[in-house]
Amino acid sequence: MSFLNIQNVTKSFGTVDVLKRVDIAIEEGEFLVLVGPSGCGKSTLLNIIAGLEHQTSGDIDINGRNVNAVHPAQRNIAMVFQSYALYPNMTVRGNITFGLEMNGVPKAKREEAVADVAKLLQIEPLLDRKPSALSGGQRQRVAMGRALVRNPAVFLFDEPLSNLDAKLRVDMRTEIKRLHNNLGTTIVYVTHDQIEALTLSTRIAVMYGGVVQQLGTPREIYDQPENLFVATFMGSPAMNIVDVEIENDGGKAVVPLTSKDGTVTRLSLPQDFLLPWVGRRVKMGIRPEAITDENGVESRAQLVGRMENEVELAEPTGADTFVSTAINGQGVTARMSAEVNLSPGQRMNFALNMDKALFFDAETENLIKG
Amino acid sequence: MSGGAQTQAIRTGRLVRVFIYCFLLVAVLFYMLPLAIMLVNSVKPLAEITGGNMVSLPQVWTIDPWLDAWSRAQIGVEATGLRPYFINSIVMVVPAVIILTLIGAVNGYVLTKWQFRGAKILFGLLLFSCFIPFQMVLIPMARVLGILGLSGTVYGLILVHVTYGIGFSTLFFRNYYASFPTELIRAAQMDGAGFFQILYRILMPSSGPIIVVCVIWQFTNIWNDFLFGASFASGSAAPMTVALNNLVQSSTGVKEYNVHFAGAIMAAFPTLLVYIVAGRYFVRGLMAGSVKG
Repeated sequence: MSFLNIQNVTKSFGTVDVLKRVDIAIEEGEFLVLVGPSGCGKSTLLNIIAGLEHQTSGDIDINGRNVNAVHPAQRNIAMVFQSYALYPNMTVRGNITFGLEMNGVPKAKREEAVADVAKLLQIEPLLDRKPSALSGGQRQRVAMGRALVRNPAVFLFDEPLSNLDAKLRVDMRTEIKRLHNNLGTTIVYVTHDQIEALTLSTRIAVMYGGVVQQLGTPREIYDQPENLFVATFMGSPAMNIVDVEIENDGGKAVVPLTSKDGTVTRLSLPQDFLLPWVGRRVKMGIRPEAITDENGVESRAQLVGRMENEVELAEPTGADTFVSTAINGQGVTARMSAEVNLSPGQRMNFALNMDKALFFDAETENLIKG
Repeated sequence: MSGGAQTQAIRTGRLVRVFIYCFLLVAVLFYMLPLAIMLVNSVKPLAEITGGNMVSLPQVWTIDPWLDAWSRAQIGVEATGLRPYFINSIVMVVPAVIILTLIGAVNGYVLTKWQFRGAKILFGLLLFSCFIPFQMVLIPMARVLGILGLSGTVYGLILVHVTYGIGFSTLFFRNYYASFPTELIRAAQMDGAGFFQILYRILMPSSGPIIVVCVIWQFTNIWNDFLFGASFASGSAAPMTVALNNLVQSSTGVKEYNVHFAGAIMAAFPTLLVYIVAGRYFVRGLMAGSVKG
């Protein structure tokens, strides 16, 4: 029995199905991130776990207890809201202890709990201030303190970092990760930021159109995306997708790739399971970091394909340079080291790490597996 | 060249400003003059007024007109002055305003944060009640008060005013709470606060401006009401407005203008006081409520 078990959950508003059969199960201490574009149903799912909205059908179990009919306050959960939702009329101390007070915890105990949390989050000097006198990052800490003080079985975070500026967001991200490492509490975290999802989680549920597209570890999601949506949604810059036709070259699968000037290069593929796909429409997905110049080829790469192509654009980002070109008439981005010095129109050898190439059925958009 | 133009601009600005201030001064005089005349004449002996000397300051200062108006003047049958009726009005207006503010807060809270099927239609109907003319409800209301045994009492008036004021109170609070973040309510729910705890601990402490708006609006309306007072509470239960009318309209004896002026100021005093104390929050509250809704 999993710690948090979401079974067959659906949610409809009138005729609109926001969630169509969601099944997620995670163990105690896991960090589950629900990620997806706006309107994919991730926040609705979080609200259903919290009990703030009710599922149309399906079950939610927390720690072996069915909580379908349990009031949010009795579910042994705490939530950090996107807007922080700090009570404007109370001090930081009042905000943090309000939940304890409502649950009849005696004053001395409450004071003790506040002191602990304030120390953990380093907000001791702020305890007697009103939320309006706090900065964004401080409010974020207080909101987390309010959740922490209740010592819940599950923490729910609803896009907690989206109101912070870029630098603070990275800092708070690290802090949340550290907090999770130290406390080991189960966390469900909603975000539309795929980098947050990859850095924080132990497991990711990629959602789209009210359906969990894939549930897996960050590695699985990144390296073995189940379908085109997951492949292109996760990762920045996005995975390159090229329409290809697989050929049979004496019992070996090869893929012909056309460069910008029309030259065709045939690259061998490691996956023999692709042979049945010869002559069918297939999409090849390859991440930017799997396309490099000769110096950037990973030492572990076993099957490297090389093709000459024309550089369209080189965008230095400091650590890397993103190089654009085209394969089979479709734009492709390569991630090269910052040292490469390329100018538009220049011809060069691109090295493709074909170990990392993925193939998707063009009709179902699902990953083709061995 | 440009410097000259700038000086020119400043000079015109100054001229315009002088004009504006003059205009404002005239406006202030225009509005204050009646009050000034009332005040001046309420501390004059009657002889000075009937002598044709209305605008000048009194030659003999006296507070007798005030004392007469307050406790000695003939109103109706007895010479009680306005005092019992002033108390009637207070007894009527204070509970009515408190009840209306509380009902408005609860209604606004439910209509925005606990939305149910038909909430919009219900709110529309409540709004509609703001626009029903007073005259239309007189006879049905008289029947209802009769059935409840509240005719001719201050309690009956409280009921009438509360009924009539619910529409506006609800409108104020609903619009104010519509812009109140729902996440705060949800946070409080998760913290284990119940329906009324959320209202008292989270919403009400942030509702200062709209409470002031509601109190000023309802206090002024109820205090100044004459029609309901005259219709449903005659005799000793009459409110201040009706009593003032009876004082001024009494057909016996000479017209004691100085007493009338004093009485009129007394009748106006509570609303003035409410405005002076809470007025600066009034506009702020109206604006806050109108941002979203």
